[in-house]
Amino acid sequence: MAKQNVNVKLMTGNEACAEAAIVAGMRFFGGYPITPSSEIAEVLARRLPEVGGIFVQMEDELASMATIIGASLAGIKSMTATSGPGFSLMQENIGYASMTEVPCVIINVQRGGPSTGLPTLPAQADVMQARWGTHGDHSIIVVAPSTVRETYDWTIKAFNLTEQYRIPVVVLLDEVIAHVNEKMVIPEPETITIIDRKRSTESPDTYQPYKQNDLDIPLFADFGTGYRYNVTGLSHDETGFPTNDPQKINALYSRLSRKLERYQDQIIEYKTEYLEDAQICIVAFGSSARSAYRAVRLARQQGIKVGIFQLFVIWPFPYKILGRLASQIKAFIVPEMNLGQIAHEVSCAIKSDVIKVNRVDGSLITPNEILERIKNVSV
Amino acid sequence: MFPYEKYLRFSKFPHIWCTGCGCGIILKSILRAIERCKLSKNDIALVSGIGCSSRTPGYVDFNTLHTTHGRAIAFATGLKLAKPALKVLVISGDGDATAIGGNHFIHAARRNLDITVIIYNNHIYGMTGGQASPTTPIGKKGSTAPYGSIEPSFDISGLAIAAGASFVARATCYHIVQLDKFLEKGFMKKGFSLIEVLAPCPTYYSRPNRLGTSVDMLHWYKENSIPVEKARTLSENEKKDKIIIGILEDRERPEFCEEYKKMVERIRKA
Repeated sequence: MAKQNVNVKLMTGNEACAEAAIVAGMRFFGGYPITPSSEIAEVLARRLPEVGGIFVQMEDELASMATIIGASLAGIKSMTATSGPGFSLMQENIGYASMTEVPCVIINVQRGGPSTGLPTLPAQADVMQARWGTHGDHSIIVVAPSTVRETYDWTIKAFNLTEQYRIPVVVLLDEVIAHVNEKMVIPEPETITIIDRKRSTESPDTYQPYKQNDLDIPLFADFGTGYRYNVTGLSHDETGFPTNDPQKINALYSRLSRKLERYQDQIIEYKTEYLEDAQICIVAFGSSARSAYRAVRLARQQGIKVGIFQLFVIWPFPYKILGRLASQIKAFIVPEMNLGQIAHEVSCAIKSDVIKVNRVDGSLITPNEILERIKNVSV
Repeated sequence: MFPYEKYLRFSKFPHIWCTGCGCGIILKSILRAIERCKLSKNDIALVSGIGCSSRTPGYVDFNTLHTTHGRAIAFATGLKLAKPALKVLVISGDGDATAIGGNHFIHAARRNLDITVIIYNNHIYGMTGGQASPTTPIGKKGSTAPYGSIEPSFDISGLAIAAGASFVARATCYHIVQLDKFLEKGFMKKGFSLIEVLAPCPTYYSRPNRLGTSVDMLHWYKENSIPVEKARTLSENEKKDKIIIGILEDRERPEFCEEYKKMVERIRKA
């Protein structure tokens, strides 16, 4: 009898996301139902009580975002999941999490918009909302997997990133990745890295929640463990209390943005294929990357020197890396299910125009559509 | 003299509240109730939203969380569920809790989550300069109701009772002995407890409405309040425009954290 590999499963992206979050140590989910993300909540409603975690269905997305921050302050890894309209509502408290540096993960299964848009169809239209949806200069990390396995891996990494840097992390999925069933080899637990936030070991008498240190990342203290400190969304000083002192305000905002700039090389991840001799480069992420890989392989069979640059981390955006590629590449093609949100950033990085392949009709960009553009490039 | 300094962050004084504001009266009552309940400072989390009363967390020596406008109860929900041993108190105002935060307020009451919400009802948005709130009485002026409010006002306590809260009481800044007791009962009650306190805002409510000083407002509370026991014997007409004070609801209902725990035990046995 053939040995059955129990670690191989058929899973959707939403299921992989939920299971991976539990592996990452997530034990608190607060959310509100919305297509096409609801299965994440449904899986966690069943699974979290089994593993001693908390699942709570909140009254709306404003509350969902608030409640996961509250739980994270108590020291529990927390997340929520939503889609475009709900993501819009969460922006208020995403800003609060960024300002107060409370770790949390937000899954946004994108749909077409604005407004109710295309609830059951894929889109990649929240690239800019994920970065700039909340008001003010702020730090945020945004990642975008393209397969079920990548969704599993990047959900775990999202928790590691938010725990390590105390910056909220958004995982951008889309309806295709969320609902497609793929064969998934579940990684062995010992191969998975799990990072927990660094906690203060200092005496509560001298603890300062936002004390400047060499890392620019303050040490955390769980609520209810004897560290009686103050958390506020107002501009605050190192002690955590509101301040109107220009120097202290400047120190706070500078450190919050420096955190992202300083660690961007460690945060940014991408994957390349066929780029060594390429004259054309496809820059893609999420579901569009799936079609892009196919298009590149088809083009290579026809002898066209084309390669692919797949973004795993969208924000911080790899401006420098793409900028360096520009000397070698004659043309950049950017397929995405929006009207050019990532194309704009690529254009900034290479300081030149890019060829855009866009769809906003709720359909995937096909490999042939990308292949046609590749063939039309004269290099 | 009650040892208020035990609970206050004196280094953060002077506070932002106006002379004659009700915030200080209620805060002192809260601290006395905490002392009588023998709650440990380490075990108390005080959560607030935005507004005058919501600045209280900065001044008290607990685990303190000053959140976004209207969302305090939603933050408190995560904190309480994640750490049920914490005594979670929420301080809010009439605008914070019943306008922008109305949805969170009624749903926490419906879940009967074991937290205590103290709503300072001064009938106005004080922090932002005296705009009309959901509890501004008909005919009373605010900076956004220059001809007098034409909207009926919310009955905050009634809202909590209808939504399912275990314990609901109303007092005023004049009825401070009662307030101490209501807070003490609310803190010790398992389930969602609401204490609504009518509070003077001499700067933005009394002045434009020519209601006199803060002392005049306290007198007005005294003259116009009726204990709930007496109110039950009066006709609707006799109760009109009166403040019904007292314990308006005190009942046993399943509490959310306990029900969650029971569910977990049930599925683990299965």
